[in-house]
Amino acid sequence: MARRNTGGKHAAGLVDDVGAHVAGRTPPSAFLEVRDLRIHFPTDDGLVRSVDGLSFRLERGKTLGIVGESGSGKSVTSLGILGLHNRRNATVSGEIWLDGQELVHASPGDVRALRGRKMAMIFQDPLSAMHPFYTVGHQIVEAYRVHNDVSKRVARKHAIDMLGRVGIPKPDKRVDDYPHQFSGGMRQRAMIAMALSCDPELLIADEPTTALDVTVQAQILDLIRDLQQEFNSAVIMITHDLGVVAELSDDILVMYAGRCAEYASVDDAFHRPLHPYTWGLLGSMPRLDRERSERLMPIKGTPPSLINVPSGCAFHPRCAYGELNGGRSETERPELVEVEPGHKAACHLSLQQRREIWESEIRPKL
Amino acid sequence: MGLLLIISAVTYAIFFLVPRAAGVSSDDIAGRFAGKQPDAVTLAAIKDRFGFDDPVPVQYGKFIKGIVVGDTYDTGTDKIDCPAPCMGYSFRTNQSVTEQIVDRAPITFMIALGAAVLWVIAGVSIGVLSALRRGTIIDRAAMAVALAGVSLPVFFTGLLSLAFVVHKWQLLPSVNYSDIGDNPFNLILPWICLAFLYAALYARLTRAGMLETMNEDFIRTARAKGLPERTVVFKHGLRATLTPIMTVFGLDVGLLLGGAIITEKTFSIPGLGQLALDGVYQSDLPVVLGATLTAALFIVLANLVVDILYGVVDPRVRHS
Repeated sequence: MARRNTGGKHAAGLVDDVGAHVAGRTPPSAFLEVRDLRIHFPTDDGLVRSVDGLSFRLERGKTLGIVGESGSGKSVTSLGILGLHNRRNATVSGEIWLDGQELVHASPGDVRALRGRKMAMIFQDPLSAMHPFYTVGHQIVEAYRVHNDVSKRVARKHAIDMLGRVGIPKPDKRVDDYPHQFSGGMRQRAMIAMALSCDPELLIADEPTTALDVTVQAQILDLIRDLQQEFNSAVIMITHDLGVVAELSDDILVMYAGRCAEYASVDDAFHRPLHPYTWGLLGSMPRLDRERSERLMPIKGTPPSLINVPSGCAFHPRCAYGELNGGRSETERPELVEVEPGHKAACHLSLQQRREIWESEIRPKL
Repeated sequence: MGLLLIISAVTYAIFFLVPRAAGVSSDDIAGRFAGKQPDAVTLAAIKDRFGFDDPVPVQYGKFIKGIVVGDTYDTGTDKIDCPAPCMGYSFRTNQSVTEQIVDRAPITFMIALGAAVLWVIAGVSIGVLSALRRGTIIDRAAMAVALAGVSLPVFFTGLLSLAFVVHKWQLLPSVNYSDIGDNPFNLILPWICLAFLYAALYARLTRAGMLETMNEDFIRTARAKGLPERTVVFKHGLRATLTPIMTVFGLDVGLLLGGAIITEKTFSIPGLGQLALDGVYQSDLPVVLGATLTAALFIVLANLVVDILYGVVDPRVRHS
């Protein structure tokens, strides 16, 4: 057992990559624990390593924000937890423990029974995520009845209740509307009502506000937070919007090329980040409290191909500080190291170097 | 309204374009009606009776009037009354075109509807199976057969089945039309041959549609709710896949109701298709006009039914 104690003040913590293998299939104490998750897709062009050794923990009532660029493996991770990845062509290894039950090696039927009941998901685009030919009410009733043996009448009443709880006016009328008759924000509310209809203990929100108007985004985030407190569920918030993470999350997991680059509390991630990629994300975030003449600092280059992941540190071709450690980052993959309790980063630069760069070069420009 | 407009356009086109393009003179037409070696007096009488020498718009007016309110042919000696949808009389057999169409329509209906039931059931099930088992031997075999089905015309599969099933192995009696009314299963061979062609087409359509639908976000949502795969496929997937297929189906059936020409010819079944074809061979103008008009009517009606059904099936259409 090489698992590290992550300290009492962090409810959501991180398990060491190597430790997971040694630990075998021991049920963890955490509500959700992902150990060394790998999701690979063999294609004609080569093996796509969408998720390549990811581990994290999450407790009930806590929110974990997973951030990263497109193609960093955020969505594949969440689909993998729900068992919604394409089973035909994906190879999954590692362990996913949800409330003492292992999911990677469980039968598809067992995972299906948990989906919707114990773990639920909110998707990015609520218009395409709802069936266009069935009423909103029907779709909620369906989600409720598959896990609860109740009459249609009771389920319909429950659907109306849920719609009311997510703030849809006149829910008894709107329950018979079709998704296209709802506005974008209403649709996402209905989607949330559907996801929460069976009181799931784990809620995964995959970019829940990306497709919405800015004014509606804040309402939806508030709604998710309120409902989380009401249901005391664990939430994984997947987003590329650091603002959303700052708003909602307790901890942040920064993903790069299918791996964890940095893991920290929200406070640490925004005020004491220890990975050059996190600096890049912070630098490219527009802020209202800054002069408009100041330019954003985008990360140069593009996200790497997940087939030919760069050697060593996957971020090294885009990293401005790679030379500082004599080319080590081009050959050797940095391990995820816990530098402070609950704060981990995978970088070859010494902690001293990183702290200096952050204080002298990055922070003043933000 | 739009449908009436289309029908009028079709009648106009077939009335004015077809005979003129063929370069047939009024003497020719009258000659066909009169039979062998007519004398000038007979010809003139015929022309006068049918108004062959009237200006074309006048003839067109008479034709339309015949369809709407009926017509009366007056030869001086006797009067022939032709009630409401009157499309004139065959130059060859002197039979009322309307009667001929009414006689033959049930035969074509039976061919088209029987085959339609077969091909929808076969085509859609094979398509769904193929999509769900994509890349397996089942999928490949089904799609190979479907490719063959699409490529083989009815006059090939029809003749082949006649040669083997009926004549060589004698599994079925030869297709016999006097019995069609009594025993519609006499049509089993034409049904299978016609359905094979369309089933192949529908299997490919369904497979492609199903593969596309199963990648939709709402399918992922259905799975995320924890629905059994059966419900995901048949309730959520098939429903969305079948809607566009329904459109094609309506139009295909409408087209066939106007006459399954090749099938009828191959199996020598006297349906609307045969009627039209014989009319063309024999330059029997009223018959050609009547058959074409009937076919156009069915297609327009099928379109209408599809449009109405689309509103029932797809709520997005209903509310817009």
